[in-house]
Amino acid sequence: MSEIDEKLRSELQKQGIFVVKMQDLYNWGRKNSIWPLQFGLACCAIEMIATAASRYDIARFGGEVFRPSPRQADLMIVAGTVTKKMAPQIVRLYNQMPDPKYVISMGACAISGGPFKQGYNVLKGIDRYIPVDVYIPGCPPRPEALLHAFMELQRKIDGQKLSGADKAEFLKPEQPSEFPVPEFGEHDLNPPANPRTYHPPVVEKQ
Amino acid sequence: MTPNPYLFIVVFAGVAITFPLLPLALAWCWRRFFQPPKPGAEKNAIYECGVESIGDAHVQFRSQYYLYAIIFLIFDVEAIFLVPFAVAFTSLPLGAFVAVLVFLLLLIEGLVWAWGKGCLEWDVKASNR
Repeated sequence: MSEIDEKLRSELQKQGIFVVKMQDLYNWGRKNSIWPLQFGLACCAIEMIATAASRYDIARFGGEVFRPSPRQADLMIVAGTVTKKMAPQIVRLYNQMPDPKYVISMGACAISGGPFKQGYNVLKGIDRYIPVDVYIPGCPPRPEALLHAFMELQRKIDGQKLSGADKAEFLKPEQPSEFPVPEFGEHDLNPPANPRTYHPPVVEKQ
Repeated sequence: MTPNPYLFIVVFAGVAITFPLLPLALAWCWRRFFQPPKPGAEKNAIYECGVESIGDAHVQFRSQYYLYAIIFLIFDVEAIFLVPFAVAFTSLPLGAFVAVLVFLLLLIEGLVWAWGKGCLEWDVKASNR
């Protein structure tokens, strides 16, 4: 399939005729209607609610339809401290979301455990079990930060390809849609992390 | 020549069938050509709030729920009749008053009958009727 000439495209656009690729149309459609899963875990959830409310208004970006069911959601905003009691439920909810699905890890707790990192009952980052697309630092992040993360996610969706070798991960048949749900062990969750998605940073000493 | 008056129904039926089927067909084509299906035990689970379901979803509910609902419904409707009766109470003739009283007594009699039958017992085995 041959690419359309860039000059011809802009010339047509001046006449009110838009020529786009299927991929661009698809990405344009889905990046402007990201439906987040409606659940909050801790104080970050209050900021998430503020983002959805009138002052910050995530509806400007097409993300106002918070769904109570994972079956209808595209985006999981992990907003707050993930306790080890809650982690299996979150992974299960993520598993039940249909592809393509995205995760925003909101706040210091969801990224790494945050101020509760030393706590025996706190998961040290949700990326131990599910792949995270955008991390937002902050304790809690301001609604503007969540909006920024949302726009970053939109940028990511916009760049995903439908075909070819470098097509989006969710379109590859070998890429799993479900991730193993951890179980309660004697002292910790079992397994403590999913080695397929979790790659801890390696500290190199000079 | 005027079109057949039933032609509109045919057109309406055509639109009514095409309109929902078109997006379904598009979604099917999309899944067929682009999106690889990835079913799984978790993904296809019935319950969708993060907690694993316990037991089967096909359970029998007690018939007592039904009986309670029926009795509640009767007295709910009675309450609707009682409101206009209470509003117009002072200006009602004796005949109307007696008629409403008979209506009330009939319902109360029904309640007493249901009570005697054991419809208000929650535990059937204990009353053993």
